[in-house]
Amino acid sequence: MKMKIAIIDYGAGNIKSIQFALNRLGFEGILTNNPNEICSADKVIFPGVGEASSAMKKLKISGLDKLIPTLKQPVLGICLGMQLMCNHTEESDTKGLGIFDTNVVQFSNLVKVPHMGWNDIKTADEEQFFCRASTGFMYFVHSFYAEICQETIATTHYLTDFSAALQKDNFYGVQFHPEKSGMVGEQILKNFLNL
Amino acid sequence: MLTKRIIPCLDIKNGRTVKGINFLELKDAGDPVELALKYSLEGADELVFLDISATEERRKTLVQLVQKVAQTITIPFTVGGGISSVEDVELLLKNGADKISINSSAVKNPKLISEISKNFGSQCVVVAIDAKLINENWKVHLVGGKVATELDLFDWAKKVEELGAGEILFTSMNNDGTKNGFANEALAQLSKTVNLPIIASGGAGTLQHFEEAFSIGNADAALAASVFHYNEISIPNLKKYLKTAGIPVRIQ
Repeated sequence: MKMKIAIIDYGAGNIKSIQFALNRLGFEGILTNNPNEICSADKVIFPGVGEASSAMKKLKISGLDKLIPTLKQPVLGICLGMQLMCNHTEESDTKGLGIFDTNVVQFSNLVKVPHMGWNDIKTADEEQFFCRASTGFMYFVHSFYAEICQETIATTHYLTDFSAALQKDNFYGVQFHPEKSGMVGEQILKNFLNL
Repeated sequence: MLTKRIIPCLDIKNGRTVKGINFLELKDAGDPVELALKYSLEGADELVFLDISATEERRKTLVQLVQKVAQTITIPFTVGGGISSVEDVELLLKNGADKISINSSAVKNPKLISEISKNFGSQCVVVAIDAKLINENWKVHLVGGKVATELDLFDWAKKVEELGAGEILFTSMNNDGTKNGFANEALAQLSKTVNLPIIASGGAGTLQHFEEAFSIGNADAALAASVFHYNEISIPNLKKYLKTAGIPVRIQ
C-alpha cells in the first residue's frame, strides 16, 4: 500500500522543498492542516521556517498545537518545527509544544548569526535511525538552537555543542534541513520514511 | 565545523544563463536547470539564481524556472531579481526558493528588508550590494551597477543588518569580470562591520583567488559564475585545493 505522508501546512515558510524532496525519493507528501488527514497519515512531517511566535500563533489558530503532541505515528520536526517541539524558545519568548524536554536559546554574538551553511553532525547513539546515513555534512540555517538534553541524539558544534537532532518515542526532530542536504540528507529522509 | 561555501551563480536572462563582463556584454552560458543539476551533483554548496534583466525591465522573476530548479536540485538556493514586495517573496518561496535576494529595491525601500524578515524569517533575506571603489570610498550602485548612489558600502551593510537581513552578498564592481581576484580588503572590513555571513562575489579567476577570499577576505562563502560555466574551474578540484590549503570545505 502507498505510504501516506502528511506535511503540516500552517503557513510557515518553504514547505514546497520538502514535497519536492519526497517526490525525488518516489513518495508523495500531502500539504495539509486538516486534523483528520494528519491523524490518518503513516508519517507526519512538521516543517517550519521563520519566526517562532508567529508560527506558534498559526498552529494555535488551527488547533494543531494540541493535536501534534498526541500523534502516535512517526513525526519529524524540521528546523523551526523541531524548535517548536521543545519546551520554550527565546525567540519572542515563545512557549513550545513541550515534546522535547529542552529549551531553545539564541547564539551569542561571538559568532556570525545565523549559523548558515554546511556543518557536520556527531551522533550520540550508533543505533539511532539517522546514523544509518553515511556521516556527512548537513545544511543548517538558524539563529536559535536547542540545548543538549537527554533526548539529544546528534550534536553539532558552532561556538558551542547543540542538539542537531532529538528523539523521544515516535517524535524526531532535526535542526538541519535534510531536504536541502544533498544525498546525505535524502538518506535521512529515507530512513525516517522506513521507520 | 562550519565549512566555507562555494556558490555558482546563474545569471538568468530570458530563461538562459548569461554572464557579462563588468555587468555588460552578455554571453550565453547554457540551460539553467541543466547547470543547476550539474553543480548540485558536483558538490556546490548552494546556488544563486539572479534574474538580471528583471529590475531594469520590470519583469517578474521566472517562477516556473524557479520551480523546475527546486524540483531538480538537493541543495539550497537563492533567487533574486525584480523582487520589490512581500508578495513577490511569498510567490518565490512557495515555488521552492529557500532565500531571496534583494538589491535596488532594498535601497529604494529599506523597510522591505524588515517586512520580509518579519514575515519569513531573516534566514531567507539576502541583501545583495554592488559597490564600486571611487576615490577610496566604496559606493553602492543600483540597477545591475548602472546607477551610482552616495551610499557607503559599510554604512549600508550596517543598516541592512539592523533591518533584519540574514546574509550579505557583496559584489565588487571593480573586480567583477576581471578574473583578478576578489576584493579581499573590503570583504575583511565587511566582516568586521557586521555579524552576518558574507558572500564574496566578483573577480574569481583562479583556485587561489577563492582561497584568498576566505583566508584574507574572511568571507563565509564565495560566489562565481563564468569560471564555473565555462569549465575553467571545476568544483571538485576547487574543494580539493581549498582543503589542502587548510580551508574547511564540504567534500561529498
